Amino acid sequence: MLADDLRGMVYIALKDLKAYYFKAPNISWGILFPFAFILAFAIRNPGDLRALVPGLLALTVLFGTSSMEAIVIVFERRIGSLERLFLAPVRLPALLAGKLLGGMAFGLTVTLVVLVISLAVFGAGGTNWLLLVLALLFSATAFSAMGAFVSVAVREVFEAQTLANFIRFPMMFLGGVFVPLDAMPGWLQILARFLPLTYAVEALRAALSGGAGSTAWLDLGALAGFSVVLFWLAVRTLARRME
Amino acid sequence: MTTVIQVAGLTKVFPVKNRPPLRAVDGIDFTVQEGEVFGFLGPNGAGKTSTIRMLTGLSRPTAGQAQVLGLDLAADLPRIKKRIGVVPEASNLYDELTAFDNLVFSMQLYGVPRAERKARAEALLQRFRLGEKRDVPFAKLSRGMKRALTIAAALAHRPPLVFLDEPTTGLDVMSARALRQMIAGLRDEGVTVFLTTHYLEEAERLCDRVAIIVKGKIVALDTVAGLRSGAQRQTLVEITLAGADGQTEKRRVACEDGVESAVQQLLREAQGRRVLSIDTLRPSLEDVFVQLTGLSAEVMLAEKGGKGGGNAGG
Repeated sequence: MLADDLRGMVYIALKDLKAYYFKAPNISWGILFPFAFILAFAIRNPGDLRALVPGLLALTVLFGTSSMEAIVIVFERRIGSLERLFLAPVRLPALLAGKLLGGMAFGLTVTLVVLVISLAVFGAGGTNWLLLVLALLFSATAFSAMGAFVSVAVREVFEAQTLANFIRFPMMFLGGVFVPLDAMPGWLQILARFLPLTYAVEALRAALSGGAGSTAWLDLGALAGFSVVLFWLAVRTLARRME
Repeated sequence: MTTVIQVAGLTKVFPVKNRPPLRAVDGIDFTVQEGEVFGFLGPNGAGKTSTIRMLTGLSRPTAGQAQVLGLDLAADLPRIKKRIGVVPEASNLYDELTAFDNLVFSMQLYGVPRAERKARAEALLQRFRLGEKRDVPFAKLSRGMKRALTIAAALAHRPPLVFLDEPTTGLDVMSARALRQMIAGLRDEGVTVFLTTHYLEEAERLCDRVAIIVKGKIVALDTVAGLRSGAQRQTLVEITLAGADGQTEKRRVACEDGVESAVQQLLREAQGRRVLSIDTLRPSLEDVFVQLTGLSAEVMLAEKGGKGGGNAGG
């Protein structure tokens, strides 16, 4: 049974990548959108551009994993093809994990492109590679789980896009991408602690500056926590929706 | 003969806001034997799809037991899923994938060995006359081709039991006929088929046994011949009358008091119009259905919005 689940998970992810993700508009959107935001901020506030790289990477993972992920499940539910997966010998958590895996694979691929460009421009000196890989992986899992939850929580594709943006855009400005958390008012700092992007930016910042302090590992722990809770909520919601 | 599906007291109740719960399936019992085409007939909302959804694991029964392929539905669902094929009412493959890729993905999900997938997919495409559409995305296929490919996908892992939910609904006559030939072919291969349809002629032509479900309860279950003979207690007499405008008019009467009395009644009703013919009729499945449900086939088709598949020839 576990073998069926693992196999189903992998092939669902591969199918999603082929059918939905690796299309030219998605790839260009996934890369250009975070660049455009960072560039706009950099032009407005010229300074240490290298300091913006962690935020750029975090935004790329966020949008790369969650943009399509938030749509795929509700879209397949609308056209009836999600039912095919329910009929297959794959249990619900594995089915949803396959969906997550597809979003993560795409998000991490576009992030890799952005990472290579960033490191080529700013250099890779002092990078903690293990922490960098873990930070990207944990961030992708959390954001993909968030996308999956959004997708199962709504009934229509346009609702998924609206809800995803309703969550992502405030998170983008509160998560320490453009403004360090310390520079925010106290109540906003507390609010920021409830957002996974905050931990992604912190962990990536620590990785790129060579730090591996205990806070970086706490950031990874927080991202893992978000992943588990959001995934569990998505499984529960989808089970209820399909009944 | 081996029992492939055994259902006892199967019940599905849906809660309805501010109203009493809806008993979509109300304690049904039936068995399906290996290698037969089992028809599940009923008007809209009778409980056909709810039953299929329970038997295929899409929905949990409220009460009752079911065994599918000798496995308990409640305890062995993943193993059951691996050995059944399901064709839902709507063709629901992936628009973005080609016909070939859709079949391969189905096989991947069901664990068909990698070495066999390509050959099986090619063979299925040929069998379902889709060879030329191998690399065409599902979205660009005609409705009949989509239906055929959806059935092919359900067969890709070679299940011994296939559920077909209204397989010919909405198809043109030729596509519906081709699909019926394919379904008949499945029986010849020993595959057990659980078929829901609202085309009575289709059920009559394809099914070894038929269950008629109305308001969640099975009201009749027998072979088509058995159902007919049950209704034969009321043999029908049909009279064809010439109309004034050159049209003909047919009238039928069930002869409860004998054929002679029925003929006399029809002649009285004819009121001197020219009689073109008088026939005694063997009841069709439609007659049985009308008798049991109080619904005519026309009403059922209108409810379903069906077309094309009505002529069950072939």
